[in-house]
Amino acid sequence: MAVQSNGNGSLDSRVKVPVPQIKFTKLFINGEFVDSVSGKTFQTIDPRNREVIAEIAEGNKEDVDLAVKAAREAFDNGPWPRLPGFERRKIMMKFADLIDENNEELATLETIDAGKLFFLCKIMEIPGAAETIRYYAGAADKIHGETLKMSTALQGYTLHEPVGVVGHIIPWNFPSQMFAMKVGPALAAGCTMVVKPAEQTPLSALYYAHLAKLAGIPDGVLNVVTGFGQTAGAAISSHTDIDMVSFTGSTEVGRLVMQAAATSNLKPVCLELGGKSPILIFDDADVDKVTELALQGTLFNKGEICVAGSRVFVQEGIYDKFLLKLKEKVKNWVVGDPFDPTSHQGPQVNKKQYDRILSYIELGKKEGATLFHGGKPGDRKGYYIEPTIFTDVTDEMTIAQEEIFGPVMSVFKFKTVEEAIKRANATKYGLAAGVMTNDINIANTVARSIRAGAIWINCYFAFDRDSPYGGYKMSGFGRDMGMDGLKKYLVVKAVATPIYNSPWL
Amino acid sequence: MAAKRVSSLLLSRSFTSSLASRLTGGKSACQARAISRYSTAAALEEPIKPPVNVEYTKLLINGQFVDAASGKTFPTLDPRTGEVIAHVAEGDAEDVNRAVAAARKAFDEGPWPKLTAYDRQRILLRFADLVEKHNDEIAALETWDNGKPYEQAAKIEVPMFVRLMRYYAGWADKIHGMTVPADGPYHVQTLHEPIGVAGQIIPWNFPLLMYAWKVGPALACGNTVVLKTAEQTPLSALYVTKLLHEAGLPSGVLNVVSGFGPTAGAALCSHMDVDKLAFTGSTETGKIILELSARSNLKPVTLELGGKSPFIVCEDADVDNAVELAHFALFFNQGQCCCAGSRTYVHERVYDEFVEKATARALKRSVGDPFRQEIEQGPQVDSEQFEKILRYIRAGVDSGATLETGGDRLGEKGYYIKPTVFSNVQDDMLIAKEEIFGPVQTILKYKDLDEVTRRANSSRYGLAAGVFTQNLDTANTLMRALRAGTVWINCFDTFDAAIPFGGYKMSGQGREKGEYSLKNYLQVKAVVTPLKNPAWL
Repeated sequence: MAVQSNGNGSLDSRVKVPVPQIKFTKLFINGEFVDSVSGKTFQTIDPRNREVIAEIAEGNKEDVDLAVKAAREAFDNGPWPRLPGFERRKIMMKFADLIDENNEELATLETIDAGKLFFLCKIMEIPGAAETIRYYAGAADKIHGETLKMSTALQGYTLHEPVGVVGHIIPWNFPSQMFAMKVGPALAAGCTMVVKPAEQTPLSALYYAHLAKLAGIPDGVLNVVTGFGQTAGAAISSHTDIDMVSFTGSTEVGRLVMQAAATSNLKPVCLELGGKSPILIFDDADVDKVTELALQGTLFNKGEICVAGSRVFVQEGIYDKFLLKLKEKVKNWVVGDPFDPTSHQGPQVNKKQYDRILSYIELGKKEGATLFHGGKPGDRKGYYIEPTIFTDVTDEMTIAQEEIFGPVMSVFKFKTVEEAIKRANATKYGLAAGVMTNDINIANTVARSIRAGAIWINCYFAFDRDSPYGGYKMSGFGRDMGMDGLKKYLVVKAVATPIYNSPWL
Repeated sequence: MAAKRVSSLLLSRSFTSSLASRLTGGKSACQARAISRYSTAAALEEPIKPPVNVEYTKLLINGQFVDAASGKTFPTLDPRTGEVIAHVAEGDAEDVNRAVAAARKAFDEGPWPKLTAYDRQRILLRFADLVEKHNDEIAALETWDNGKPYEQAAKIEVPMFVRLMRYYAGWADKIHGMTVPADGPYHVQTLHEPIGVAGQIIPWNFPLLMYAWKVGPALACGNTVVLKTAEQTPLSALYVTKLLHEAGLPSGVLNVVSGFGPTAGAALCSHMDVDKLAFTGSTETGKIILELSARSNLKPVTLELGGKSPFIVCEDADVDNAVELAHFALFFNQGQCCCAGSRTYVHERVYDEFVEKATARALKRSVGDPFRQEIEQGPQVDSEQFEKILRYIRAGVDSGATLETGGDRLGEKGYYIKPTVFSNVQDDMLIAKEEIFGPVQTILKYKDLDEVTRRANSSRYGLAAGVFTQNLDTANTLMRALRAGTVWINCFDTFDAAIPFGGYKMSGQGREKGEYSLKNYLQVKAVVTPLKNPAWL
């Protein structure tokens, strides 16, 4: 029994569930929490029990217009881009401190809204968001252009200017991290912005808006419009007064965002999209270690992570040992209430995702893969699914090709390094890859051969503030995190002016 | 064959693949027989006549070949015989003064720094083309003067010189300063300006490559130069600098002064009108240079000095491959490399086998007239180096190390030394501590990684290190733990134009090659001007 339920959806006495008061449910525009123009709201649901947490203002085109107007004014005439970098840094540092001070409350919001493990939100996601803001705060006074070597008697230089008003559309799987990795660098660059959080998880973004105001970020610089993709998201993508859009989400929606950008004002877009990332396990790998990595690589955050190692390729010499170990380890993988510190996995974010994952599992069985473990919904009220492992998966099966975004691992067998590389690359995606070997030559070869934005050798999910992150192929373009993540919020202007009698050129 | 082998090591990035092709085929036994015959013959046969004439022997100052002010000359000798190749003008303080005055004028009045970077680049590219055209003559001159195998000079070093010049030519129009964020309404930019007149002192072991490492970045950045070559090997620099002028270099931009360290070298270091000094050579001399610079005009100094680089053979190593690479790491260029892998640390598990095979490999090394094909090792550069190496060998024997092979001169004439291998070497022996700069391999035994890291680092030098392992964790650990300017993992002496090279500790300061080298020849000027109503900061 993989799902260790406490029966009928109620927690046993040792699990203390904080009952959060939902303080912010309205749109945040020009420094104020306001109702939507239409007065409409939508419900955000607790995936643990399918109950309504709160009614949230539903932003629409008119609301996006108001938010963009505020951001435009803040950029064109406001203080934010005109502050020296060190002043922006100071305010951002304060913002990060406030995030830390409200860690517990933010972690709770994240857990009830997204079904994420409470203790991980507390020790990882929320502090991580604060750290990311600090990282970019430190970058605010380190934005350099270049002086140039012109081929005639001209003084040439480049200015790296803030791009202007930015639209951020962020997903529901890591609401806090995504917020920080988009908003942080844009603030540091001196941009103003409109953030649309996912409709599944609007709570933390509104809380961050409140903290930003407390920290001293001027009105209009950071606006949050909660709502749906087809309405609020589309309004952002097609807005002619937004200078750049940064989107994280599915490849499907990424295409819509780019189309809307193209047909409106040709704004540049940065897309961080889906993946079907391979984990390559070679014969010389330590079985115990790589089984743990593969399991975490697939099941972490309920498999709701774009870099999930959802295709596990195992070399034939270690294949049987790997499966044996996998069986042993997955038995101890606990699915349960995300507030329960012994849980490894909470519920999927909503009914739509839950149904979709279960239908992929059915498809896997139908197409002939062997269900090695799991495959059933959890026996409780929320959107829980057992950790699921398929073996005998072939490359052309749907579960080997499409992003499931759930706790489902597909295991493949391979013979040679060349074969592994070829099969790992046979996907429209290219977000990440794991390479498990202690052989320096295999590691070096595979690291350069895999067409993906992140290669993790003998580790997985090695995210770091300083490490740029993004996709090859249809996993998107542009990079988040690191100093590369800052670049997309800057535009380069070349300035030239004649020089006379220069002693050198 | 030998040179080809070396070239594949230097030019290919994959040591193992070239090694694999070399080890298959089982030719080594018959090759060894042929080679041992060469080795005995080397001393008996008449030296081959070099296919080149010595045309340039004077100082090159302000675009003209001139005699030394004193009229003095010194002989440069053929290390195969100890006989005179040519008498070369001996530059002294007065000649250095003349050269610096020419360089100063060429910098202050131009046209060199005032040319567009594009034009400087074109001249350097034409220079590279001309050197390429005269490849074989230049290589012959290098071998004659230095004693290094002709195939090595012709197939690796001169082509590498050309490669380096083209590399630096490409940098000329990509030298950028920065625009800088300010704490208030100011526009701030930095200009990366040429530093001025550069004094450069180069050694005799790779005369042309050291020329390229120094002259290339200095000229690309728009500086002018006074170059002092080593008194052992003055010929090739004069030849190629003639070509550089043919390529369009204005007079006075690069001046070459042949001569000795205590006279010409010291004059350059103490000169008040030299803005920058770069030196490659011994740590001893490096100290003097830094001191002279400090005492005169505090000119910044780049130093690339001696080394006692460890080559670490790990427990998991394939012994045959490790032996071949360790042999190359030490014996290449007659052992006259500052980065030679001169402390071969071998894990105890493979130690005995390694010593046996390393000895066998040294015995097979073909030593003889460097103009002969398939020769791996020529004579040492001069009698001073030759005697010094033999003294170190005697010190090794006296200190109780086991002399496995070699240990003596080869033949009666010239400065040939038998490839020498010591085993059972202890860290405190002289031959494990000091730079021998000759064909003497010292093999030391170790037990574990922590121990070998500590021992490898307990040197006043820190130029390079070699690591031989297939284990990714071991490689990752050692590459950070070793305190050296270069760590070669499963390769050695890989010297691409873009890879920076330089020392930790008493192996020097600054980096040459790569983008890093440009810094040596640029100075940074910050320019600040207020902004009125800026749209952003």
